[in-house]
Amino acid sequence: MRKACIKMVHELARTDPRIVFIGSDLSPGLLDEMKQEMPKRHFMEGVLEQQAIGMAAGMAMDGLMPFVNTIATFITRRCYEQVALDLCLHDLPVRLIANGGGVVYAPLGPTHLAVEDFAIMRALPNMTVTAVADAEEMQRLMRATLDWLHPIYIRLGKGGDPIVSDADKGFEIGKGIVMRPVAGHGHPLLIACGVMTGRALAAAEILARRGIEAEVIHIHTLKPLDADLIVARAEVAGSVFTIEEHTLIGGLGSAVLDALIERTGHVQPLFRKLGLPDKFAANYGSQDQLLELSGLQPEQIAETVAETAASPAAAGIR
Amino acid sequence: MKSTPSADPQSTPLDARSLYLRRLVVRGLEGGNRGHVGASMSLIEILRVLYDDILRFRPDEPDWPQRDRCILSKGHGCLALYAILADKGYFDLAHFDEFCHVNGILGGHPERGKVPGVEASTGALGHGLAIGTGMALAARIQDRDSRVYVVMGDGEINEGSVWEAALSAGKHRLSNLTAIVDYNKIQSAGPTADIQDLEPLVDKWQSFGFAAVDVDGHDVDALRSLLTRTPLADDRPTAIICHTIKGKGIPIAEGDPTWHHRARFSPEILTDMYSAVGGKE
Repeated sequence: MRKACIKMVHELARTDPRIVFIGSDLSPGLLDEMKQEMPKRHFMEGVLEQQAIGMAAGMAMDGLMPFVNTIATFITRRCYEQVALDLCLHDLPVRLIANGGGVVYAPLGPTHLAVEDFAIMRALPNMTVTAVADAEEMQRLMRATLDWLHPIYIRLGKGGDPIVSDADKGFEIGKGIVMRPVAGHGHPLLIACGVMTGRALAAAEILARRGIEAEVIHIHTLKPLDADLIVARAEVAGSVFTIEEHTLIGGLGSAVLDALIERTGHVQPLFRKLGLPDKFAANYGSQDQLLELSGLQPEQIAETVAETAASPAAAGIR
Repeated sequence: MKSTPSADPQSTPLDARSLYLRRLVVRGLEGGNRGHVGASMSLIEILRVLYDDILRFRPDEPDWPQRDRCILSKGHGCLALYAILADKGYFDLAHFDEFCHVNGILGGHPERGKVPGVEASTGALGHGLAIGTGMALAARIQDRDSRVYVVMGDGEINEGSVWEAALSAGKHRLSNLTAIVDYNKIQSAGPTADIQDLEPLVDKWQSFGFAAVDVDGHDVDALRSLLTRTPLADDRPTAIICHTIKGKGIPIAEGDPTWHHRARFSPEILTDMYSAVGGKE
């Protein structure tokens, strides 16, 4: 996903003179080809995130479209005021490419885990917050950014994530995608974003083998949220589960809850937010291991959905 | 090298134009019944010379691509910026009577898109120089000869982001960028020498790769002569440290940290301020 994203910056820059790349202190040689081909539009600025964002804002005020790239924790927290004021207050077309969103950097510990990025980026007016599922969808997002003249937060996964997206289902910023439709009423609805959509789909397959058909919606844009789709599909579902690689505060689950309450005045009686706890990670290991510790692997998701669907509360509803 | 004024800014006389611009600031203070008095008054000559003699701009075409950019990074000094912009015809003087009003366009910090001529919304300190580097680089990318001037406060440059931007400007040898510091020696909490000493200030900017000099920031001729020569070097950015007096021109405010920001002016204080700057229009 990261490779696809960075490569797209160069590819798009070839035909769009607005595009500029600003990296912090990234891998040696990153986008060297772009640097050679268009040296005036490739910047490796060093470890100064406040500067990178302010500089990008100044460029965007004069008609450019900078893509700024560094680690997710640093592009969000370190320069939050610059993101809020320089980018969002001015509503500028600057793109924040955030390496290692979620718990990708598990072995590096809590300083490098971006598990509240959705929450703090969503809180900013004019900010668009995205988390695509895989490298192919990343290409579709990158193309779509050219016509989206607002700040965009682009969360990257680990890389090598399985391709689960489908070009035939289209891509539009702010529009959710029904990945696994289920007809009728009363079924579980799984709403996921980023690389958790792949795990939600895998959970749905496990559930199907157990005789439970679950619908899966992919929300690649957390803000603006596709509330129309979410409300319409939740209304016919028996239970709703949000699944995210993010703390349970302020992320996808909170956004979906807000949308349901605002649009319908109620939420489904069976609503569960699946995500990371409100704690700094106590473990290292791998992304998969940390997800497992929070019950976010497909088997665990399937089990939670099945248990919830079979709970006394569910029986009461029926 | 310690920065020392080449002349005493305290005794630098103010001419009719400087007094007129200060009257506009006082009109804004009266209109809003509040405002950053000291921080606006120290800025007047810096902005006056920039807009009168240095910058290329078109008030009837604020977005003219070839214009020079001037960012007031110390946004709390906005009344001084509003005074010169109004004087140049960007907007009507009547807006001063609605300074900080609920539906007014002139707020306590300047906003791009709301106030014609304002290049960047500032107020949170330490943002302008980074934005200025981006604009200077954009001019380079787009082959424009626009120059960028960023005016900062002395308290403002406590912010680490200013020095991140200075590093970057030095690295990119942004000769089309001039950083100006309104060095009035007093920040909100008290003297800069006590709160966060900046000396040796000219040396600091030089060490970050700037051609740096200092000047009496109330001496119009000296400012004009110096700013006309900007950029001071063709291979690096320029920094100009302007020695100023906080509250310059308003004797009750001059050099007094408690006049950094004031609200609820008594009729007597307003009379005092107006009489100091030549009387109400």
